[in-house]
Order: sequence, then C-alpha cells, then structure tokens
Amino acid sequence: MSESDPLADVRARVAALLAEHDPATTDRLEFLRARYDAGLAWVHFPPGHGGLGYPRDLQAVVDAELAAAGAPDNDPAGNAIGLGMAAPTILAYGTEEQKRRYLRPLWTGEEIWCQLFSEPGAGSDLAGLATRAVPDGDGWVVNGQKVWTSAAHRADFGILVARTDPDVPKHRGLTYFICDMHAPGVQVRPLRQITGEAEFNEVFLTDVRIPDSQRLGAVGEGWRVATTTLNAERVAIGDGPTPREGGMIGVVAKAWRDHPERRRSALHDRLLRLWVESEVARLTRMRLRQKLAAGLPGPEGATMKLTFARLNQALSGLEVELREDDGIRYDDWSFVRPHRVNFTGRDVGYRYLRSKGNSIEGGTSEILRNIVAERVLGLPAEPRTDKDVPWKDLPR
Amino acid sequence: MSELNLLYTDVEEDLRASVRSLLKDRCPSAAVAAMYDGDRSVVEPLWRALSAELGVTGLLVPEADGGAGASAREAAVVLEELGRSVAPVPFLTSSVVATTVLLGTKSELLGQLAAGERTAALAVPFSAAPDRVVPSVRAEGNRLYGEVANVAGAVEADVLLVPVASDDGWTVHAVSGVEPTPVTSLDMTRQLADIRLDGVAAAPVVTDAEEAVRGALRAGAALLASEQYGIASWCLQTTVDYLQQRRQFGRVLAGFQALKHRLADLYSETESAAAAARYAAAALAEDDPDLPIATAVAQAYCGDVAVRAAEEALQLHGGIGMTWEHPVHLYLKRAKADQVGLGTSDRHRAALADLVDLPA
Repeated sequence: MSESDPLADVRARVAALLAEHDPATTDRLEFLRARYDAGLAWVHFPPGHGGLGYPRDLQAVVDAELAAAGAPDNDPAGNAIGLGMAAPTILAYGTEEQKRRYLRPLWTGEEIWCQLFSEPGAGSDLAGLATRAVPDGDGWVVNGQKVWTSAAHRADFGILVARTDPDVPKHRGLTYFICDMHAPGVQVRPLRQITGEAEFNEVFLTDVRIPDSQRLGAVGEGWRVATTTLNAERVAIGDGPTPREGGMIGVVAKAWRDHPERRRSALHDRLLRLWVESEVARLTRMRLRQKLAAGLPGPEGATMKLTFARLNQALSGLEVELREDDGIRYDDWSFVRPHRVNFTGRDVGYRYLRSKGNSIEGGTSEILRNIVAERVLGLPAEPRTDKDVPWKDLPR
Repeated sequence: MSELNLLYTDVEEDLRASVRSLLKDRCPSAAVAAMYDGDRSVVEPLWRALSAELGVTGLLVPEADGGAGASAREAAVVLEELGRSVAPVPFLTSSVVATTVLLGTKSELLGQLAAGERTAALAVPFSAAPDRVVPSVRAEGNRLYGEVANVAGAVEADVLLVPVASDDGWTVHAVSGVEPTPVTSLDMTRQLADIRLDGVAAAPVVTDAEEAVRGALRAGAALLASEQYGIASWCLQTTVDYLQQRRQFGRVLAGFQALKHRLADLYSETESAAAAARYAAAALAEDDPDLPIATAVAQAYCGDVAVRAAEEALQLHGGIGMTWEHPVHLYLKRAKADQVGLGTSDRHRAALADLVDLPA
C-alpha cells in the first residue's frame, strides 16, 4: 500500500474497512462512522476529516466498490445542502475545532443542514440582505426572516449569512454563521408552492443567540465565505457520465414510444429538436467534465444550468400537450412536505409546474446570463449604483 | 468502453496554429470578397500552400497510400480554421468527401489527392444527405450519360468521381476533362457547378460503391459541423470585440443588458456546437458504432447555430454589418449555404427519428 498509488491505496482501504466492519452484521451508523474515519467519505477532503487528500474522481471507485459489497450509503439526497454546500464551506473557512465538530455527523447524516441565505427582500441581490446579527457578550443575537429554505423542518443546523455592520456598503457588512436550528427563537413554517406541496420553508429568527464559536470566517467576511458556498452549488454538476436520454428527455421519449395513437407531426419535429438539444447538452457536459479532469478551466459550467432549465421547461410543456386530456389531470394538490424533489415519480403536470423553478432557484437565468456575459465574455458589468453606499442608506 | 475524447491534443493544437497562421497571411477577407466579382485568384496559391506546406490534403489518407495517416480529428481542426476564415479551398469536397470515397481502394488517384497533385469532387448535389443520395447518371459500357446539378468543389476539381447506379449496384467512375458550368451561388467561396455528361469515357474506380458513397457523405457531414463551429466562433468573437468598442448613447454597446444576454445565449450555443462537432469528429476517427447518430446530431444542431451566429453578428454590427466592405456577409453566406450542404437540419432530424426509435 503506497500513497504514490492512490487508486491501489483506496482499494486497500475499502477492503480493510469491509473486513473489519462486515456490512451484513454492522449497525448502519457504526459502519458510516468507520468509513468516515477510514478517509473514504470524500477522498478529496484532507486526512482526519473523512478524506485522504486524493483526486475527487477516485470517490466513484470507492462508492462503486462499497455499493457492490452491500454497504449502506449516507443517503446523500437527504442532506444535499449539507454535503454540497455546507461541507465545502466549513472545510475552506472553518477552524480545526469546527471541522472536527461538524463534518463527521454531517457526512453520516446524523445531523441535517439547511441554508439560510435568501430573504423576502434579497433574492438575486443576496448581498442586500437585512437579517441582523448584533454582538452580545460572547456571541450574537440574530433577528430576521429567511425564505426558500429546503429541509429547514428536518435540519439541525443552518448556514446563515447575516448583517453585522449596516454602516458599510452591503458586501462588506456581512458575516457567516452556523445557526442551531433547535435554538430558541428559530421558527420554521412550510412555504407552499405552485405544485401544492411545500419543499421549502420560511424561517423566522427572533432574538436567536449564536455563540461566537459558531462564526465561520472573520467578521465582515461573510460575502466571501458565501461565494464559496454558491460556487460549490454550481460545481455540483455531478461527477459521473450521464447516459443518453437521461433526465427529462427520457421521460418524454418513452411517452412518445408508448403511445403511438398520440403522435402528431407538429409535435414530432418539436420532440426531435428537443432530443437533439438534450443530446448536445449531454455532450457539452461530457466535454466540461473532461476539461475539469484535464485541469482546464471550463466556463461552460454557468451555461449548463441555463440549458437544463430551458430544456426541462420545454420538454415538460411538450409532454402535457402530447398527453392531451391525460396531461391536464393532476395527481395531487395536497399540501405535503416531500423528503426530496421527485420529477419522475409524479405526473406530467407536476413536472411542468416544478420545472418553472429551475430557471429561478440557484441563480435566475437572467443573473446567469449576466455572469456568462461578464465573467466569460468579459463584457462590462451592470451599473451598480449601490456599490459604495452604506447599506443603511440604500433605498428600499 | 472508454469515452470519446472531446478535447484537443497538442498535435491538433499545433496543426491549428499552423493553419491559422497560413490563412492569416494568404486568405485576406478582401481577396475572399473579390470572388463575388469573379476574381478567384486567391484560391489556387492558397490551396497549393495548404497542401505543400502543411500537407492537409493527405490527412485522411494512410501513409501506405501516400498520405499523412492522421485522422478525422485533425481534419476537423483544419475545418474549424477554414470556417473561421471562410477560406475558399476545396478541402471538404476533395480531401474529405472524394478522398473518403476512395479509401480502401488501390486507386493511384488516392495518392495523387493526398499529395495535392490532383483535386477531386464527388458528383452529387451539395445538398445530398448521406442516407438520401441517389445517383442520377447512367453508364453505357464505359461511357457516362446524365446531369448533376449544384455540385460543390467541381469548379476546383480536375477529376470528378461520378456515382452510377445499375442492376449490379453502385459504381463510382473517375472522369477527367469535363468542363463543369459554374453557377452563380449564394456562397461564392464554395461555388456550385452543373455537370453534364454526354457519353464521356470513364473508368470505374470503386465497385459495389453505395456504402463508400454514403460513408463519404457521412464523413463530410460529420466534419462540416466543425467548419460550422468555426464560423459561429468567429461571428461570436468578432461581435463581442465590436460591441466592446462601438459607442452609442455615451457608452459601449457591450454594456447594454439586452445585448449581453443575447451574446451569453450565443456563447452557450457556440460551446454546445463545439461539443457536438467534436463528438462527431471523434466518432468518425474511431469508427465508433455511434457515428450515424453523432453525425445526425451534429448536423441537426451545428448548421443552425452557425446561421444564427452569423445573423446575430450582422444585426449586432448594425449598419456596418450590412456593407460589402465588412466581412460578416461572407460568413452569413457560407453559413446559410452550409446549412443546406450535406443535408438540412430537418433531414438529419428525420434520419435521427429512425436511428433513435422516435417514429413519426
């Protein structure tokens, strides 16, 4: 076993883990903790924090071998914000103490995380947020309202951006915290959306005390820390290859094949156009993945989200028309709180409505076009009349 | 099964740099525009230089047959650069399509094409899609009769490869000494010509040739996507540069959000075209079983993107884009003609319907 051969090393570690903790007889949590301690949770993380400092693509080897051995996984979809956004931020800005305290139970799923960023008055203009954190003894007192918080009702912690200095321009007066979702003053209410269900929540923070030991990064550095989180969100394009007809196009193609009686020529050309665009999007993603693996910067990343949002919306809209009367029956309007988004487990009307959010969540398509135009093509930035004005003096 | 590589190798990047540098010196856009007024003097020296100095004519020919033994990946990079300069050379028609027809035969013509000693064209209409082409010429003994209209590359060719159908299947005959009738074309940088065969003597060079002809057109279609990506890429970059310096209302046009968003969308489509074109080139180079789908996808996508990029470039340049003096019209004409070339996007979508089981 040698660190000069990471592939052989991870394989040996997987074998040792399985030998010492037979998945068939080991308690699920016990196995997951042992896996973390063996550095096999996320191999690109540093040793001591669930990783080995190895290239990220080796994780696929670990996941495949453990799955083949019947080992339990950490239910990644159940803690997507924690794994995809909180963890990379804690790794980048957390103290040793914070990394030791939070990362292991985050990875095993013992502690669920949510994200307290967006506010009713701060969507695309996130840096204009108004939730206040005021110093108080050895900690802070927080007041404000957050919105579009998925998993808040199940979460143990939230990554929170709050305003600590209203007297400086908006980007400079923010600080990043870890908020205990069980603390007094945290109130979570479901936010019903156009599909009928409530994937998201509103979170009201009333005199919530946060110890200074739960601050992530320096006071006033919150915007920089939040940028790490948001970049991680966009990197989450996924690691593996997508099969042809993966995603929404596969659902619509199947509907077309299964129902010859519904086919019409005008829809046929629309379907073929969208099939081509879906396949080209798959190839574009493949090329981006190859570029990242080769260490080349791939600015197409920002465009992928634009493309997928547009295709999801066009395909689900087409499928409603293809199904005609069946397309305008709706499976369920009841006000439930789903564990995760399930595009294919629901009827087409749900897909049509839910995909409308794809061009809003995680950066609207309009903001993404600004980002592509400015950061990729180098075009001038939008005028920022509020850039040098103290936050408290901004009109609102 | 390993994934097809969609990136460029160092060898490919070196080839690109050489082609780009040669085109910069010897393919000025004013000389290309002059072709619309009948001055074709840019073509011959440029074509000879590309062949003699860079050997592009032999890329697809094995070394044993006198070629460079490179692959479709390198040919695709050449086409990207030719598209970026709307270069008026018969690379696609002679070094890709006609050459591919002859691959695997022992015809001495193959080595001559590779060396740039001769230039050939496949006598089919430029719009011929790989799965739809039908020979229109008949043979009586070793003499050919019939007409083929709108052939690309015939003006530059000194030998025509003529597909002929008979009860025994398809044959391809080589014909020299026929004067094609040039056609005033939308794209004079790839001028079309009509061919009339009145009992000219011909020698069969490929027998049982249907798959060779369709395969050559498929190779042409797969690689035309790279030319289309090159056109789109030039149009995007040139428009971005122009809008960065053009001022109206006291500010540069590139700062207007309505224009920024159009350019962002065009960038997204152009990068997507690069992926589709690269995938088709790689599939052709590897003779991958996915080649028919890869080709149809690339042609159903890239041709439309090139046209949109040229149309956007013209509109966003405003009045100057409408002038004869500015080169954007050369790209628009090439892009629009290329969209028809080797099968329109709707014909490739129709082919896909069969290939991926989405019947009408």
